[in-house]
Amino acid sequence: MATINELKERIHAGSSEEIVAEYLERIGSSKLNAFITVAKENALVRAKEIDSEGFEGSLAGIPVAIKDNISTKGILTTCASKILTGYVPPYDAHVIERLKEAGAVIIGKTNMDEFAMGTSTETSFYGPTRNPWDTDRVPGGSSGGSAAAVAGGEVPIALGSDTGGSVRCPASFCGVVGLKPTYGVISRYGLISYANSLEQIGPFATTVRDVAALFDVIAGYDPRDSTSVDKEVNYSSALKNDVSGLKIGVPEEYFGEGTDENVEKAVWNAIHTLEDLGATRIKVKMPHTKYALSAYYIIAMSEASSNLARFDGMRYGLRTEDSDWHTTFSQVRAAGFGDEVKRRILLGTYALSAGYHDKYYLKALKVRTLIKQDFELAFKDADVLIAPTMPYPAFKLGEKIDDPLSLYLADVDTVPINLAGVPSISVPCGFSHGLPIGMQVIGKHFDETTILRTAYTFEENTDFHTREPEGL
Amino acid sequence: MYENPDGVMIGLEVHVQLNKLKTKVFCGCTTDYHNDPPNSHVCPVCLGLPGALPVINKRAVEAAIKVGLALNCKVEEHTQFYRKNYYYPDLPKGFQITQYDFPISSGGYITIEGEDGEHRVGITRAHMEEDPGRLVHEGTIDKSKYTLIDYNRSGMALLEVVSDPDMRSPKEARRYLDKLRNILEYLDVFDGNLEGALRVDANISIMGGQRAEIKNISSHKGAERALLYEIVRQKNVLRRGGVVVLETRHFDEAREITMSMRSKEEAHDYRYFPEPDLVPLKISGWAPAIKATLPDLPDAWRLLFVEQYGITDEQAKALTSDIRLAKFYQMVVQNRDIKFAQLAADWMSNVLKGELNYRSQTFKVFSEQEAPKCWACGEKMVPSDRYLFDWNGILINDLDTFKKLKEYLMNNYGAFWVNNAPIEKDDAGRTIKISVENYSISLILDDTKNKVIVKFYKGGTYSLSLKKVNDRLNICEDIFYCNNCGASRDKNTTFIIKVEKPSVPEAEISLIDMLKALDFFENNKISEDDVLKIMRTILQKQIPKEFDVEKVDKIVKEEGLKKVEGNIVEAAALEAINENPQAVADYKAGKEKALNSLVGAVMKKTKGGADARTAREVLLGKLG
Repeated sequence: MATINELKERIHAGSSEEIVAEYLERIGSSKLNAFITVAKENALVRAKEIDSEGFEGSLAGIPVAIKDNISTKGILTTCASKILTGYVPPYDAHVIERLKEAGAVIIGKTNMDEFAMGTSTETSFYGPTRNPWDTDRVPGGSSGGSAAAVAGGEVPIALGSDTGGSVRCPASFCGVVGLKPTYGVISRYGLISYANSLEQIGPFATTVRDVAALFDVIAGYDPRDSTSVDKEVNYSSALKNDVSGLKIGVPEEYFGEGTDENVEKAVWNAIHTLEDLGATRIKVKMPHTKYALSAYYIIAMSEASSNLARFDGMRYGLRTEDSDWHTTFSQVRAAGFGDEVKRRILLGTYALSAGYHDKYYLKALKVRTLIKQDFELAFKDADVLIAPTMPYPAFKLGEKIDDPLSLYLADVDTVPINLAGVPSISVPCGFSHGLPIGMQVIGKHFDETTILRTAYTFEENTDFHTREPEGL
Repeated sequence: MYENPDGVMIGLEVHVQLNKLKTKVFCGCTTDYHNDPPNSHVCPVCLGLPGALPVINKRAVEAAIKVGLALNCKVEEHTQFYRKNYYYPDLPKGFQITQYDFPISSGGYITIEGEDGEHRVGITRAHMEEDPGRLVHEGTIDKSKYTLIDYNRSGMALLEVVSDPDMRSPKEARRYLDKLRNILEYLDVFDGNLEGALRVDANISIMGGQRAEIKNISSHKGAERALLYEIVRQKNVLRRGGVVVLETRHFDEAREITMSMRSKEEAHDYRYFPEPDLVPLKISGWAPAIKATLPDLPDAWRLLFVEQYGITDEQAKALTSDIRLAKFYQMVVQNRDIKFAQLAADWMSNVLKGELNYRSQTFKVFSEQEAPKCWACGEKMVPSDRYLFDWNGILINDLDTFKKLKEYLMNNYGAFWVNNAPIEKDDAGRTIKISVENYSISLILDDTKNKVIVKFYKGGTYSLSLKKVNDRLNICEDIFYCNNCGASRDKNTTFIIKVEKPSVPEAEISLIDMLKALDFFENNKISEDDVLKIMRTILQKQIPKEFDVEKVDKIVKEEGLKKVEGNIVEAAALEAINENPQAVADYKAGKEKALNSLVGAVMKKTKGGADARTAREVLLGKLG
């Protein structure tokens, strides 16, 4: 798999157009169903432009895939939902503007769980995406298309979004690197909201260096997002092969019951590797972790029930036969949303309803505060925390889709991070029966540089990231 | 003490559009959309497109704090936005961003003239929210085959002012609305003349029963009518032995009745929760700074007029009922002396205001910030300037420059006394003073700001702009200029009377018109009726192409208005008495109305030239 630097050399020697055409060919012959829309014409035209202009941007001529819930001007943006049939945004998301400024070539829009609601990319209206390591298995979700595309060599870098693990989970299942930044580091302007208070856009790549390079381009202040933070950091320059003196906190609540034996073993091996490189290990307690999942789903579904109210067929997207507005609204939403989306809208509406609001929503907010305190306390002693990203490797297509509760449980290790708003990066740390395992390195608020350095050091001293899926 | 026989309790929720802001509340779209095609001022944010995020408009927060303070509210240390979730086609996001817990201000009051004197109406809260779009139907809402939606209005900053149920009659409700609008206009955050600027929901109960909420009221008069209807309806329900139910009712403005919309049992659950895309706002420290710059409110102006100008409280109330009238009145007085204040008040609080109300015309005094539409062709005018004279010409005693300066002062401010007044300069050549007896005008050069300040003896100040061209110091007047037809309009002194019917051209009465009419009257050249005639003529006629300072003189000449001399009135009065013995006898027998026919006879004999009041006085003198 080619890295950004390798591609840059090839672009320098040859052309971006050549490289973009190669990737387009790979996408065209793929069985993964990683893309909803391939922006073939756009990408080739842009590549030619860059070739003729000798563009200097940090990602000049590099193809990038975008999760289909990020608005792209002139390119269909569906959130993998029938309800957004035919919706072409008239504006670019902030991250897209940044990518274009850096010279990146948008090659297409990737598959995902409908409105980012899922852990397996099976709820997409456009059919499931398959895991490159075993096409009978799920790639994880909800940014499964982006992760599978990177792992399958269909694109070198991609963007996803992470509301409760949606970047880290597919990164872990597909054996690539995925970062969920601190809440507020990347502008959400143009990201179609699932749960605004939890989600961040995040980069995927095959190496930590490429994740940092992409992160450098898309991070930064945007006045159009009130939750955006004004901090400029050069993340790539923080990548040093050095963890001496680093204090690693290991939260025991993230291991044990429900966690696959091989996953646990792989993560512990990784921690020991870092210890051998000069890091020290401490135990940390995060006693409220067990409440995180319930709190997360109540908050996420409550926000979603409101966020998705705008899809009524009046201005864009799916439109059923015209009737009075009341009927039309109902018909459009009945026909446009899939089962999982409807389930979450109903549950969220219920949680916010008079009489239940205090019992569920307010209580969930209180739990969120306690989870944040857990992290604050843990970070008093530790520089980073290390835990499994997912409790088990990729499961089979269809295995859990009819059992929503067991699917929700899969997010147990990822959602506390979103509730606390801290950053976390998932990196490959082992294999179980040929399937990749990911560990997450969790950092303090705005301390992406330390988790990137930890992940980078681990990568430099191991070879898990170099393995590629076979038979594609 | 007002008895309130029906136990009426009224509380109002008033939605006020902060339409003087330049941009909408959460995006950069303009608020100046009223004359533009539908959906021409929209963006991803106010259209609620997927992925777009709101960002709070700081000026809107400031305006809301301003209003809160003016309504004697407590302004909170921090404030928070919430989502109010409901579906409606005019609501592009399926929720409205509004406030719930932590509104920006609460716990204030407004003082109105109640049924039994001064009456205080509590303000529960005044909170910020966004306006939805506007639904347009062909014909009526129930007959139209389709609904058109205009999102130009979507995202306009609204302030919802919620009162306590302290009003005891529809009349008090109307006075509350008048006073609220009055205050908002003094604060310069609101223009009540724009479509959709103010919308009212009224809650009303009688005899301690359940309340009805009346929605969709768009005028003060409408509110009064709806409430009057509702009292009758609720009384009828009680009389028939029924119970008034808690419900929402719709006001049909055309038929002036209210109709049931839905009962509260099937009311919406709005599922309020904090808007995750807008962080809580810390506004501690804002209020004191804003309070320091709060302009005088109507009650303060009223006191000032009574105390400084010596006019009656009634007159002051009438003049301050509209900030534009108050400003115009102040301008008139500042251009004359205090003796003139009473005369001007007599005419302006009564006749002028009456004429305006009679025509249901809205009017405005242009401030320097806004560009008016051209009175000649209707295009938008642009700020520009007009050369007046060279400052250096004054310093070297150039007679032509003197003349130019004096003409400007006479024509624009009605300062006719400057004609023979001497012009003095200070040694530095930075101040020019023209004075005679008690009158004076100073012009002060401020070349750091490129301005000349014109200061009147009564405190009126205007500014002229200074342009350095080679060694000349050109003094220019700021004007509005029409690039389309070349017409111009003065910035300082134009008072516009705008006719509401779109087919009728705008009419205007300027400061100079007003001053001249009153001057003619004061100098006994024309009668009271003639002043009225002049005002009506000016208000009814189209504006002449050129700004015509001689307008009043022309009217006087054209209409043959001339006050009939005293002795002619005397003669006519004598004749009238001699010719109408029956009327004289009736009057002497105590029938005061009989005098009217004698006054009529005098008017007829003088062909309307006599002043009715004078005629009356002369007749009374002769009849003993």
